[in-house]
Amino acid sequence: MHVPDGFFNAAVSVSAAAVAAAGVAVCLRGARRELDDRTAPMVGLVAAFVFAVQMLNFPVAAGTSGHLLGGALAAILVGPYAAVLCMAVVLLVQGFFFADGGLTALGVNITLMGLVTVVTGWGVFRLVTRVARGRAALTAASFAAALVSVPASALTFTLLFWIGGTAPVEIGTVAAAMGGVHVLIGIGEGLITAVTVGTVLAARPDLVYGARGLAAPLVLRGADGERTVVPAAPARDASPRPARPFLLAGTALTLVLAGAVSFFASGNPDGLERVAEDEGFIGQAGDHALGSWSLADYGEVGGVPVGVAGVIGVVITLAVSGAVAYAARRRRAAAPGGARGTGEAGGAADGVTDGAADGITA
Amino acid sequence: MSAGHRHRVHRPGDTPVHRLPPQCKLAAVAAFALTVVATPREWFAAFAAYALLLAGVALAARVPPGFVLRRMAVEVPFVVFALAVPFIGTGERVAVAGLSLSLPGLWAAWNILAKATLGVAASVLLAATTEPRMLLLGAQRLRLPPLLVQIAMFMARYLDVIAGEMRRMRVAREARGFAARDVRHVPVVARSAGALFIRSYERGERVHLAMLSRGYNGSMPVLSDLTASARQWLLAGTLPGAALAALLGAWALA
Repeated sequence: MHVPDGFFNAAVSVSAAAVAAAGVAVCLRGARRELDDRTAPMVGLVAAFVFAVQMLNFPVAAGTSGHLLGGALAAILVGPYAAVLCMAVVLLVQGFFFADGGLTALGVNITLMGLVTVVTGWGVFRLVTRVARGRAALTAASFAAALVSVPASALTFTLLFWIGGTAPVEIGTVAAAMGGVHVLIGIGEGLITAVTVGTVLAARPDLVYGARGLAAPLVLRGADGERTVVPAAPARDASPRPARPFLLAGTALTLVLAGAVSFFASGNPDGLERVAEDEGFIGQAGDHALGSWSLADYGEVGGVPVGVAGVIGVVITLAVSGAVAYAARRRRAAAPGGARGTGEAGGAADGVTDGAADGITA
Repeated sequence: MSAGHRHRVHRPGDTPVHRLPPQCKLAAVAAFALTVVATPREWFAAFAAYALLLAGVALAARVPPGFVLRRMAVEVPFVVFALAVPFIGTGERVAVAGLSLSLPGLWAAWNILAKATLGVAASVLLAATTEPRMLLLGAQRLRLPPLLVQIAMFMARYLDVIAGEMRRMRVAREARGFAARDVRHVPVVARSAGALFIRSYERGERVHLAMLSRGYNGSMPVLSDLTASARQWLLAGTLPGAALAALLGAWALA
């Protein structure tokens, strides 16, 4: 689903790039707050893992196979901030080195496959784990998160296509085709994500970011029956500086950029819209087999673009920025327990956290 | 997307294109891609000029056409989509060889094919003439956040290591008679992914410890200072410059 150059018009590309830049900036701060100087090596290796996992093809139906997007999986394993960075870097490297996804479409690709999959995946995961607890619930939540994240990404693609796609295909057709295929891929993604998370939970539960805070406290039992509850290691919550001004500024900037660019763009109808007006094909809507989704609506987008395109661009931007900001706040509010020991603490810390995390409430 | 990734992407060489500082090349390719995307699809002459420009760069960099064509396999999914557009597209229909095709659909297919192909070819040439590490350093010179560049560097360095780990696990699976045929085999593949994650993460922790013991303090030391002279910028600027000239020329003709 790597979008190449020339697939979306300039306005959508630039707006998506602004959204992607704001999202990545927020996540850079968040990841550094959580991971400190471990950010680069850890996120880099997890990015390599995501890249490798994307090469795992799994059979979807007879004859066709899909591959993981990995956004939801990364979010559950390493947390949303690091996951967005992973996906962004994977897409950056694919664009730079492998010509997979156009350079001008990098923003679109990061928004679709990084931000949307991670934010929806993580949102669904938190929603489910808040309702139900335990290892089975974690697996179910992983399945649901991955299942939802893929069609969500496909539908966002459809939405962008509706705003600024360069091909005259009816939006209903695109939505049906993208949605249908990606629900199937989503099921595969969900299965693999659930089993993968389950495997990691079984071997190293302390590595699963989404299972933090679910670990039972370490209880020491003395020879005389005395029970001591060891409090969880204090969370690494070093940064006292609030991120809110930064978030607000980033959101505002994104809004301004997206709004301005959308309006600028809608003043110049793109090729499709011009063809739509020139050829006057609105009258032929009835002739076409797939004409149920009114062509007049499509012409409308070309005809009254100033309002529609601008407003939609701003609303999407707001939604994405808002979701990112909300996720950022949530992480700050919930102090994660069972943080991994730092490198200096070495094996002892590992033993303690492993022991504690093994007692995840089942 | 897995098709193109196994090839070697970089072709070492010592041509003027190879010697250019990476930030110049990166900026030139980005500007070129922007020019291509901004070109109205009716201006065929401009697209022909862009293709000739890229051919000239490939010639100067001594990158054989076969290499570029093979690497362009990543474009295939969207080529399929572009070929489908005239059939499912809306608008006025024209009959071509007995098939009813959508006229706007044909235009859109041409638009996507031309622009995506030029963009991919430019990226392939960039990757072929620039070492991955240098490309990322060049991106850092162009004000990409240093942390992001560091992450990308770790990823680029460990890609082969992780992929090798995965390959060994696959060999082990297949040595035991496993072949993924249908949905029932998904759990096996997924457990491999889980094991791969644990191994990757633990390797990351070991690497971090090793880095700490060598004095890592959160940022990588800069060993080579990438500076570009005005002459080099000028040389790199000839690609987007010529593309812009072609665009303006086509505009004058149109």
